[in-house]
Amino acid sequence: MKRNPFLLAFIVLITLFALLVNIPQTIHINVHTPEIPVYGKEIRIDQSFPGFTPHFSFGPIQFDRDLSIRKGLDLEGGTSITLLADMSDVERAERETALESAKQVIERRVNFFGVSEPVVQTAKVNDQYRIIVEIPGVTDVHQAVELIGTTAKLTFWEEGSVSEDEEATTAAQFDPNLPLNSQIFLGNTPVQTDLSGKDLEKADVIFDQNTGAPVVSLQFTSDGTKKFADITSRNIGKRLGFALDNIMIDAPYVQTVIPDGNAIIEGGYTLEHAKQLQLQLNAGALPVSLDVLEQRSIGATLGQKSLERSLIAGIIGFVVIVTFMIAVYGRLGVVASISLVIYTLINLSIFRLIPITLTLAGIAGFILSIGIAVDANILIFERMREELRRGKSRDTAISLGFSRAWTSIRDSNMASLITSAILYYFGTGIVRGFALVLAIGVLISMFSAITVTRTFLLYFYKK
Amino acid sequence: MFNIITYKKWYFIFSLLLIVPGIIALSIFGLRLSIDFTGGTRLTYVAKEQVNEQTVNELKSIISSEGILVSTTQVSGNQIIIRTDPIDEKQNIRIEERIEENDFPLTLDQFETIGPTIGQETALNALKALVLASVLIILYIAWSFRKVPHPTSSWRFGVTAIITLLHDVLILLGTFALLGFVFGVEIDSLFVTALLTVMGFSVHDTIVVFDRIRENLIKGKGGTFPQVVNDSILQTVTRSLNTSITALLVLFGLLLFGGESMRWFIVALFIGIAVGTYSSIFNAAPLLVLWNEIDMKLKKRKT
Repeated sequence: MKRNPFLLAFIVLITLFALLVNIPQTIHINVHTPEIPVYGKEIRIDQSFPGFTPHFSFGPIQFDRDLSIRKGLDLEGGTSITLLADMSDVERAERETALESAKQVIERRVNFFGVSEPVVQTAKVNDQYRIIVEIPGVTDVHQAVELIGTTAKLTFWEEGSVSEDEEATTAAQFDPNLPLNSQIFLGNTPVQTDLSGKDLEKADVIFDQNTGAPVVSLQFTSDGTKKFADITSRNIGKRLGFALDNIMIDAPYVQTVIPDGNAIIEGGYTLEHAKQLQLQLNAGALPVSLDVLEQRSIGATLGQKSLERSLIAGIIGFVVIVTFMIAVYGRLGVVASISLVIYTLINLSIFRLIPITLTLAGIAGFILSIGIAVDANILIFERMREELRRGKSRDTAISLGFSRAWTSIRDSNMASLITSAILYYFGTGIVRGFALVLAIGVLISMFSAITVTRTFLLYFYKK
Repeated sequence: MFNIITYKKWYFIFSLLLIVPGIIALSIFGLRLSIDFTGGTRLTYVAKEQVNEQTVNELKSIISSEGILVSTTQVSGNQIIIRTDPIDEKQNIRIEERIEENDFPLTLDQFETIGPTIGQETALNALKALVLASVLIILYIAWSFRKVPHPTSSWRFGVTAIITLLHDVLILLGTFALLGFVFGVEIDSLFVTALLTVMGFSVHDTIVVFDRIRENLIKGKGGTFPQVVNDSILQTVTRSLNTSITALLVLFGLLLFGGESMRWFIVALFIGIAVGTYSSIFNAAPLLVLWNEIDMKLKKRKT
């Protein structure tokens, strides 16, 4: 076997890159020594350095992201809720759209919590349409369920009177009590009208007879018709905004007085957008009613404890493996340990880059994949020893060790990959996380345990 | 040289001794399924001080008074874990209020409600995954070992690997049926993950031995089939032991420091990997030989 300087350079580069990715966001150094005898002073360093945050654009590709490892709810604490959408009143063809807009409504509401990374996903299992909501850091299930499940209010807003003074001050005073974005649509002082969601009979998507563009038609109840006529008559030429869940959706201009309770919103919408708007308007906000199928909340302290414990466990596991490998295989063991370090670095940077949400089960999958990586090296080393015992030269033994061990590594890893693919396909939640981490680990281990170990052996284990 | 194959009968008997009590335990006690599979609610309270019997009973009566069936209560340290029928939002709020009224020094640390549909779905998916993974692994091994020369066939390798896998799974399930009966250990989705890991490890281990048999058969030296198999086992035994010792050492470390929530998960992995190593050495390859012997006898009878 020949040394390959390009391969060595590649390994070094990959390792450096992985190191870079794994540098924490901020490096905090806090040293406080007692008085140093000769120097006569205490040394106190308390400083933070910025780490590596990739930020680049390459043509259409933009990359700008936080690279910290995402922790699952079981490690961070938080609430997870699985909701079942009741689709019995929704036509089959409309169900996907209804689910999607329900998801968007929930996303808006969840964002009120102000947590860093809420996850809202839709899932279709058999004939059930589901929405899965994960809110890290929030452990008050009642609050969460209430916020997500309640029907939100549809409100209508008009422009307030604008005095000369206010016109002059261009900087809008932000008022948190007003619907979000309302000041953008309606100026500094929007005023709520007495018209609300319960005055709306129904909303429909129709097509404009002249332009063919999709528009949303509104039909008000008799009560609403009166209020709406009032509002339109005093707001001709001005904008009338409507807000869902306290967020202003749109504010079309009032063109004429509408006395009959039939209004049309022409917003230059796409058909998709118009349909979504119609669904939201119809149900107040949620286009479908939702039942809670599953809910879990994990206390933040419990999550923190699990995280700490698994970190300690991981470190202990690593030390045990390195000690064992060096004890049994000597210098070979040192090489194996180095490739194991590279393996871990590459894996962690993939977790950060994709990003993969790490859960307890994911950590288990990671530990198993470390086992697989070590096993590949054990297989190779045993084979090398065997060849050495048969009187082969060290060079030949290395070469034979790798080529002969390859088939068992390939076949056993294929079996692991098959298993993880199936688990990913059938699994839900934690099983999926496990399968994904395992599959990535197996693939990386093929590189680290074979290519990396071989390259290092060829360079540093020659004589 | 040490001959492993000659004593194969004894390994099979030993395995049966492990499997049969497990199957009996499984059929009598069954597995204690957690709410992940059955549906229901699990409330985990953390007390500020040591929990006494009275607090638990009062807590139970509060929950029961809401018309909710309490199935089990469990106290460990300052934690109280209560399993009940599914509790809905309103009931939960009332329970919380009552706890506050009664001034219990308790906080609800974990609240899990799982609908029965989700539970069934999880169980069904686990089963589907198990069956499909087995079939695909048989197919893969049959394909990968297709060049294996007579007297054996590549299908036998695949099927034997899966029999060995089922052996490991059965022992693990049997052990947990017993653990469930004695210590109240529950089967949850974390256990399913452990089971899957053990399956992966079992096949992984078996394939390494099989790969060596394949290599030696293709090389075509080394005498009769049982001899070749025996040599192959001996050639791979150091690797098998070293790998599983590494894994078991790591798991032992995890067991000592891993904490409560992962304990039974790690125990499952520990048992599974130990059994998996045993079966890959003493069951998988000997089974191939046994199959071969039966096959030869049948052929002789025919002629």
